[in-house]
Amino acid sequence: MSEGAAVPAVASTEQPHPLRAVVLAGGLTFEREVSLSSGTQVVEELLRAGLDAELRDADAELLPGLAAAPADAVFIALHGATGEDGALRAVLDLAGVPYVGSPAAACRLAWDKPAAKSVVRSAGLATPDWVALPHSTFRELGAGAVLDLIVARLGLPLMVKPASGGSALGAQKVSRVEDLPASMVSCFAYGDTVLVERFVDGVELALSVVDLGEGPEALPAVEIAPESGVFDYTARYTPGLTEYHSPARVDDAVAQRAAALAVRVHDALGLADVSRTDAIVTPDGEVHFLEVNVSPGLTETSMFPMAVEAAGYELGDVLARLLARRAGRSR
Amino acid sequence: MPLRLLRVAPPPDSGAHPHGHVTPRHPRLDPLADRYAARTHGMKASEIRALFSVVSRPEVVSLAGGMPAVTALPLDAVGSMIGELVSGMGAQTLQYGSGQGDPRLRERICDVMALEGILDANPSEVVVTVGSQQGLDLVTRVFCDPGDVILAEGPSYVGALGVFQAAQARVRHVAMDDDGLVPEALEQALLECRANGDRVKFLYTIPNFHNPAGVTLSEPRRRAIVDIADRYDLLVVEDNPYGLLGFDHDPIPALRSRNAQRVIYLGSFSKTFSPGLRVGWVLAPLAVREKLVLATEAQVLCPPSLTQYAVARYLDTQPWREQIKVFTELYRERRDATLESLETLMPPGTAWTHPDGGFYVWLELPHGLDAKLMQPRAVNAHVAYVPGIGFYADGSGRGHLRLSYCYPEPDQIREGVRRLARVIEAELDLHSTFDAVDTGTFRGLGSAERA
Repeated sequence: MSEGAAVPAVASTEQPHPLRAVVLAGGLTFEREVSLSSGTQVVEELLRAGLDAELRDADAELLPGLAAAPADAVFIALHGATGEDGALRAVLDLAGVPYVGSPAAACRLAWDKPAAKSVVRSAGLATPDWVALPHSTFRELGAGAVLDLIVARLGLPLMVKPASGGSALGAQKVSRVEDLPASMVSCFAYGDTVLVERFVDGVELALSVVDLGEGPEALPAVEIAPESGVFDYTARYTPGLTEYHSPARVDDAVAQRAAALAVRVHDALGLADVSRTDAIVTPDGEVHFLEVNVSPGLTETSMFPMAVEAAGYELGDVLARLLARRAGRSR
Repeated sequence: MPLRLLRVAPPPDSGAHPHGHVTPRHPRLDPLADRYAARTHGMKASEIRALFSVVSRPEVVSLAGGMPAVTALPLDAVGSMIGELVSGMGAQTLQYGSGQGDPRLRERICDVMALEGILDANPSEVVVTVGSQQGLDLVTRVFCDPGDVILAEGPSYVGALGVFQAAQARVRHVAMDDDGLVPEALEQALLECRANGDRVKFLYTIPNFHNPAGVTLSEPRRRAIVDIADRYDLLVVEDNPYGLLGFDHDPIPALRSRNAQRVIYLGSFSKTFSPGLRVGWVLAPLAVREKLVLATEAQVLCPPSLTQYAVARYLDTQPWREQIKVFTELYRERRDATLESLETLMPPGTAWTHPDGGFYVWLELPHGLDAKLMQPRAVNAHVAYVPGIGFYADGSGRGHLRLSYCYPEPDQIREGVRRLARVIEAELDLHSTFDAVDTGTFRGLGSAERA
């Protein structure tokens, strides 16, 4: 790939009109509202950067719409299964529509937290011990016996979360064993498999990665300190309830380690263009992978835009360059 | 492989601001975080509200929203009527009006209230408001200091709880049953408040086709409650948006019809005509009315002129009572579809109210199930409802949910109930897996490594 692939948003004389981008947002998932918020921000940033940008939902009108008025490239601001499990991207591949972000197979892997953790651990990176089980296993083998084994192996406290899903929906810290059955019940409302992890205490970091044409680069880490101690849905999306520090207030060695982990994760899972890895730094300075997001939030309280800003970039420019790269490749 | 890290210098062609020099974001993303008034404390992003955004997708059957069937109105006739109000009377209809509301409309409001047994209202006692929601807010502002107690049915209307919270009042819920608010429970609550030294400012009640419970306060209960109010010198705020939407019988005379000094009455055109016009009213004794007018002028200067004229003209020139019958027939059919499918499909352990008017059914889940925790499963199953905890100020209501049948077609309602039944069955299955777990018998705990 040549250096010239990093084309400016307003392209060559062959293409006098601004790049036409379609931003996908909404979807039929728990994170629809966050996605619409991300999508709206993205459209505003792209318009500011001089592109032609339009918001669309992933519904029955999408494919006919793209056929009738093709976009140069699509930006996927869908959160939750629709945008992140790879299925939509597989369809866009079939339709020959270029998009910013990871390919379908990589998404499928990243979306499945236990699968992603396995890959990350095989790559030699730290991630908390875990087990992921469907409801049927508990039902067939007896919930008490299985939970007993889990507690014996992983100890307390535990982090219980749906095996796929974002925005912290359904995730809970369980400190007392008597709370464990109820936490499983509430988690299984989100999906059929629950991930139970050893709870790791430390500084929470959001590690954003972007590839502008020269390979994945780590942006400054964003440190997250929710006032309530729990970075749940309310803490994420209500301005004022969480303190963010970008760059994170960690020493250089830790910052380097965290950045290295984020890029290794991006590569090991076969991700592309953008990703955001969530990690914990324990007091001994070790960085532990929690999960990775192939469609990071781009709302006004989201961490990816903070990281972009801390790196000295304009979000609109970064998004425009990513779109231009994808649009360029397809010609 | 060399790692490209932490690039601080912007790329050459980006035209961005100089090296690293961004106006830093405030660490809490809100430089005003410490300055907000205490009454805003509850204003936070909420998972429940977020889960509702899926209802805008057509795949989801929403039994959640209380949206009246406005497309059943004679839209052409209403359209030309409103058009004439602008082209023919623009000098008045587009202009500021009286803070208390248009006098002609206030007269017509008295005619409407007569249908609910209120025969002694004067137009001068009526204050037109921007929906009865604003009316409730004004009444609360006029009466409640932070820390005052408001008695409300349990459950109660979520919009009212929001108003009471904003006024920093404390809400004490009082039990209801199939005949509405329980008088003995009301009296008990008053005695307890008195013993605690609480200052009870008023009882807030929705006597007809209650939101969310669906039940109606019976005639004997109305007498009993007015009697209790007299004995305890209790002010009553009667909120009645649904009174004319009964399916089988004429309205039971309002509490206000039995006592003019002690009952403040809130009325609305939202369900009998149109919610989008934002026209409601408060009927209050003279001294209260004075304060309400000052309060509303401070908020909005005056209620919207155009929509007030529209309502008055509609009442004067359109067959509005027949239109209400058109609405109630629609809602009756939908109520029937709801109750029939609940009867056929709900698993054992479920119970629900049987409204004979209005929009809502209040459903009790089998023991141990939690409507809020169940909501993600419902989202996945493409059915929406409102979890019961939204209708209580004290955290109760987890085992209940509200179904609203006013908006979807009957077939959609049946499909929605079908989906809901499957959601409840799946939750029951889950509970049967986990409820019997006795963590006290766990042997692993002793050997568990602590993190």
